[in-house]
Amino acid sequence: MVPIAYYLILAAILFCIGIAAFLIKRNVITIFMSIELMLNAVNLTFVAFAHMWHQVSGQIFVFFVMVVAAAEAAVGLAIIIALFRARQTLNVDNVNLMKN
Amino acid sequence: MQFNTNLLWLIPTLPFAGFLLNGTLGRKLPRAAVTAIALLFTLAPAVIVAQLWLFMKSAGAPLSLSVASRPWIAVTGFQVNFAFAVDHLTLIMLGVVTGVGFLIHIYSAGYMAHEEGYWRFFAYLNLFMFFMLVLVLSSSFLLLFVGWEGVGLASYLLIGFYFTKDSAANAGKKAFIVNRIGDFGFLLAMFLIIAHFGSLNFADVFTKVSATPMTGGFLTAICLLLVLGATGKSAQIPLYIWLPDAMEGPTPVSALIHAATMVTAGIYMVARCHTLFDRSPYALGVIAIIGAATALMAATIGMVQHDIKRVLAYSTVSQLGYMFMACGVGAYSAGIFHLMTHAFFKALLFLAAGSVIHALSGEQDMRVMGGLRKRIPVTFWTMTMGVFAIAGLPPLAAFFSKDEILYQTFLWDNPLAKLLWAVGMFTAFLTSFYMFRLWFKTFFGAPRFDEHEVHVHESPAVMTIPLILLAILSIVGGWVGVPLAFGGHNEFEHFLDPVFNPTTHIVEHVATRNAEPILAAASVLTALLGLYFAWLFYYKKPGTAATLAERIKPVYNLLDHKYWVDEIYGRFIVAPLFIVSRYVLGGLIDTGIVQGSAAVATGTTRGAGSIVRRMQSGNIRSYAGWLAFGAAAVIAIVLFTH
Repeated sequence: MVPIAYYLILAAILFCIGIAAFLIKRNVITIFMSIELMLNAVNLTFVAFAHMWHQVSGQIFVFFVMVVAAAEAAVGLAIIIALFRARQTLNVDNVNLMKN
Repeated sequence: MQFNTNLLWLIPTLPFAGFLLNGTLGRKLPRAAVTAIALLFTLAPAVIVAQLWLFMKSAGAPLSLSVASRPWIAVTGFQVNFAFAVDHLTLIMLGVVTGVGFLIHIYSAGYMAHEEGYWRFFAYLNLFMFFMLVLVLSSSFLLLFVGWEGVGLASYLLIGFYFTKDSAANAGKKAFIVNRIGDFGFLLAMFLIIAHFGSLNFADVFTKVSATPMTGGFLTAICLLLVLGATGKSAQIPLYIWLPDAMEGPTPVSALIHAATMVTAGIYMVARCHTLFDRSPYALGVIAIIGAATALMAATIGMVQHDIKRVLAYSTVSQLGYMFMACGVGAYSAGIFHLMTHAFFKALLFLAAGSVIHALSGEQDMRVMGGLRKRIPVTFWTMTMGVFAIAGLPPLAAFFSKDEILYQTFLWDNPLAKLLWAVGMFTAFLTSFYMFRLWFKTFFGAPRFDEHEVHVHESPAVMTIPLILLAILSIVGGWVGVPLAFGGHNEFEHFLDPVFNPTTHIVEHVATRNAEPILAAASVLTALLGLYFAWLFYYKKPGTAATLAERIKPVYNLLDHKYWVDEIYGRFIVAPLFIVSRYVLGGLIDTGIVQGSAAVATGTTRGAGSIVRRMQSGNIRSYAGWLAFGAAAVIAIVLFTH
């Protein structure tokens, strides 16, 4: 039996990688992927706790998160395509017309 | 005969309506329409006042009418209404204001015919009538003060009528500011009255004063503060300095406001409050002395002025001094009598002077007049009546009124009586002298203006008719007050008996009645003496005056510079005020404290903002970073505090 702490540490590492990538990367797709990574880190903790307590509700939450993530991916990728068509770039720092 | 007291409301509001009409629409209306509005809305109150006279005649009983509105100011235990009251004193004032006012309005239509801002002039003139009528009709100190301030405003506007001229604008300011000093005294007096009587209604205050044998410091304080107010409005020492400068205004304004009506408001106010003053012999003494001193001082200055209007201005100050003196010796009805006759002959003199100025196309300097007797005969004859009247020659108006004042002063129960009487007599001599000086210099001798340049012309009928009417009034105006000693009945004084408690009369017993003809003869002699000297100096031997002036140069300079009063006030009052305003109030308080504290407040906010502003970079990524940092911080706190 793998101790719960291992899962949590892994989830934390994944989450931190997600945050770091979100803050550092400029490519929209990479940022998008890092958000997915953070979501999955949370999913991992849900599943780990569900397994530990033999409770199914944690797993159900994971499904909810995956559904939302899928919907978000659909909308997000559509926006990214529209953005690329309009600006010929995926660098977020160049997409700042609304600023100021 | 019936009189609807609600008509009293109309007396002041009609001129106000005229002011509103001309003030708002006048610019677009033709001149004839402006004239019609101004004259009609001045004539109508005069008609109502005439009706009031008839009612008073038919009623027989002492007149006392009043109307009051709902409360104007009402707090616990203190209430003031918009309320008017009419008694015999008010009636005389109403007659003078509406009657002389209307004549001057007619005259103005001719005099101002070619001026810019014709509508503005008449709007202001009607506004003045409104406030003056409020002043004389009011039945409380507060409403009187409203009129009092209002006539000051109208006076300011009209003195500065030619506002593009610096001297006129400054004269307006001077009049307003000097009057404010007097108003300050009036306000303090009102506060004291509220504190001691709990009311500002004349009736309440006077009843309370009469009911209790009150004397003491506070009454004298109230009276002296009221006197300060009166010296401002009625141009007495020490606040007379604004009136001569006020001659910058158009001549009809000088006649209406600065001779006949507004400047008499102070005398009216003292007479109105005689119940208060009777309880304070000290204040009365102050009034008498101020009056006599002003009469003498102004007359001496008037002797050496060259501007025809300034001579008349100083003459007005001097005559107001007589009225003040009359009030001071307790002869209120004599003061009001002189007020009335003065309104007639001084308005006449000013309007005639205006006609002279008009004839000479704007020339006011008597040194370049002369020889106008035959050229402008109507003006000459009417002005002659005015000059003879003010000089006190019988049987013209001022002979009776001025003599009444001198007689009453002579009989005053005070060690100073004879001195004041002597001052009054000497002033009468000076008055006669400077008025005949004006008369000779203007109308006699050879013309001293360039006859090819100036086209001398008599004024139109619209100006001469008011002159003639006022000349008639200046002749007969005194006949209503012929004293017993000359076979009259002193009707004027008895007319005012219901207002001025008859016990304040000096009882005309036989001994004093014999004195009156002697005193009158003396005053006629002094007037003739003045005439003789003026004739000698300015007609017989025209060089005499200049030689004499040269011989007594210091005295002449003193008079010519008006005793340097303006300079003294400028040096000791105005200049320090300027310094305090500029450096202490302006520099220290305003720039230092007010602006400084504002600068500190804005600086602090701005500095704090410039630091905090960095958080709001507009960079999404930095927000995300702060978010993550915040979340981590919350988790850390939760973890490590358990």
